[in-house]
Amino acid sequence: MADIFSKWIKGLDKTRKVTFSRLTSVFGTNEIDDYLWDDLEEILIQADLGIDTSADILKSLKRTAADQGLFKANDLVKFLKIELMNRLKDVPDPFQDAKDAKPFVILMVGVNGSGKTTTTAKLAKIYQQSGKKVMIAAGDTFRAAAIDQLQVWGDRLNIPVIAGKEGGDSAAVAYDAVQAAIARGSDILIIDTAGRLQSRFNLMEELKKVHRVIGKALDGAPHATWIVLDATTGQNALSQAKSFKESVKVNGAILAKLDTSAKGGMAFAIARELDLPIIYAGLGEKPEDLERFNRESFVEGIIGD
Amino acid sequence: MFENLTERLNKVFAGLTRRGKLSAEDVDVAMREVRIALLEADVHYSVVKSFVANVKERAVGVEVSEALNPGQQVIKIVHEELIKTLGPSERLNLTGEKPRVVMFVGLQGSGKTTQTAKVAKFLRGQGERILLVAADPYRPAAVKQLQTLGQRIDVEVFYQEGIAPPELCKRAFVYAQKGGFSVMMIDTAGRSQLDQALMDELGAIQKIVHPVEILLVVDSMIGQEALHVAEGFRDTVKITGLILSKMDGDSRGGAAISIRSVTGVPIKFLGTGEGIDALESYDPSRLSSRILGMGDIIGLIERA
Ligand SMILES: Nc1nc2c(ncn2[C@@H]2O[C@H](COP(=O)(O)OP(=O)(O)OP(=O)(O)O)[C@@H](O)[C@H]2O)c(=O)[nH]1
Ligand SMILES: Nc1nc2c(ncn2[C@@H]2O[C@H](COP(=O)(O)OP(=O)(O)OP(=O)(O)O)[C@@H](O)[C@H]2O)c(=O)[nH]1
Ligand SMILES: [Mg+2]
Ligand SMILES: [Mg+2]
Repeated sequence: MADIFSKWIKGLDKTRKVTFSRLTSVFGTNEIDDYLWDDLEEILIQADLGIDTSADILKSLKRTAADQGLFKANDLVKFLKIELMNRLKDVPDPFQDAKDAKPFVILMVGVNGSGKTTTTAKLAKIYQQSGKKVMIAAGDTFRAAAIDQLQVWGDRLNIPVIAGKEGGDSAAVAYDAVQAAIARGSDILIIDTAGRLQSRFNLMEELKKVHRVIGKALDGAPHATWIVLDATTGQNALSQAKSFKESVKVNGAILAKLDTSAKGGMAFAIARELDLPIIYAGLGEKPEDLERFNRESFVEGIIGD
Repeated sequence: MFENLTERLNKVFAGLTRRGKLSAEDVDVAMREVRIALLEADVHYSVVKSFVANVKERAVGVEVSEALNPGQQVIKIVHEELIKTLGPSERLNLTGEKPRVVMFVGLQGSGKTTQTAKVAKFLRGQGERILLVAADPYRPAAVKQLQTLGQRIDVEVFYQEGIAPPELCKRAFVYAQKGGFSVMMIDTAGRSQLDQALMDELGAIQKIVHPVEILLVVDSMIGQEALHVAEGFRDTVKITGLILSKMDGDSRGGAAISIRSVTGVPIKFLGTGEGIDALESYDPSRLSSRILGMGDIIGLIERA
């Protein structure tokens, strides 16, 4: 286990040191009192869990403390971990048990700059390494050099890229890509899209069209629609996940940039309110910096050992 | 998701008559609501704490006026204090010998390259002769992105392959001097404040080309991490201004307060879209009402 998650743990090392020392000072030899609850709230809010989720966790922890007759702060750590863990799910990558869907089509969506293109490349590498025939598509025809960016990744990883022209129709690229993936017998096709803020009506409509057209090109596709969330995002992440889920039936999330010291605590609100599993975690800018989401490592990152 | 702060405060003060002074108890209850509003807006926990303490002090004993009910009275004070914290909008400080160097720094994907192009277009409109420098050799096609944007706004982009950013900036500076450019603008690679090697690189560039402006570009959707980001960059280079990007979305932008409190540097622009013209100067009053989540009521209160 330590092996599988070693990178994650290494990536979070610096953060963990900071959190750890803070946690030691909070829990240390203290008794459970109001100051402790305040400190705990501070830790949770500073990890971007948000007020409601933090309050919810504290409430439930207070109940546990009373039920179990705890009075040493230190005894709470274990229960805090469980409390946090229980709010998240470790789910398998749906591609693993989608035997009949070929090509398995994944649509990548999210706001500007969250990490979609990089994550597309990272995913492609993971699937390629597991022996699958992978193809990626440059559905961002809008942003300057977005196509070049994905093309560079394709070249580096030796993965075919389907692309149109800058300024072209993104839905048409997606359609062509599905056709090409079928024709070439690809196992999996990952379609990158342009970043868009969830409040921009026209851009969300455009994304719906891309989603629709993929379904026309292949029945049942896209099989997965994943939102890439920037782990540094605060309370807005919930609104992002909500809007994209409503518009294009997002059924999974990827938490990018967890290495940058952000804790990604909004994942708890997203799990609670939208029942959206987090499938992968981005831990750096290199193609190998993507790991299956692991709630234990994630929770460790938030509270330390 | 956000219940309007006004409504919440009105609920809090429901039992209070319009006249008299705000008591310590009244203010206490009100501050609980203000605290929630600020935390929901992503203002950093520690900043909220000191801010609320400040406002509390100011609010106790305040006479409730004819024009405003107690809730509005509290909001007026909070709003005024927020405006004070956010500070006035400031222009770029382009003084000294030419070429004047402006450098853009920030986290990955925060909007540096896009704002670099936007500001370049803005300054060109003011008659400056601009040279853009593509100092992000790391991210795939980052150079091409700046070159494409440069072409769109008809501004030259300096780049040499295989040269580390500090040396590249040095060469660009010489080139800008000889070519009679008035402003040289450096787009740097995104980096986390935890990445010491990349942070040192920023320090090296600063030492070589002495920017008159180092602008920290921050995504307005950023959460509690904003404070540490601001600290990290401030500790490495001399940040002179902030740009809040992606303000065209529905984020509250409370990070602006956290960053301001840490760095004390002024907000210089807001990024309000992906387009090259989507750049605005900011208005502290408007940003304050956005952070508090109440566009409508502020006008009323300011007039009272
Ligand atoms: N540190 C770190 N950086 C990341 C990670 N994922 C992406 N990035 C960086 O974040 C920046 C934005 O990533 P992109 O993949 O271009 O994001 P995008 O969502 O495709 O952006 P747009 O297409 O412009 O909306 C780049 O500098 C990436 O290198 C990650 O997990 N960790
Ligand atoms: N809606 C909106 N999008 C923006 C704004 N500013 C930048 N963007 C978008 O955000 C994404 C990232 O912008 P970039 O300028 O590439 O960000 P960067 O900081 O240079 O990214 P790296 O170089 O990878 O660190 C792109 O999709 C931009 O189009 C803005 O003000 N509003
Ligand atoms: Mg992209
Ligand atoms: Mg850039």
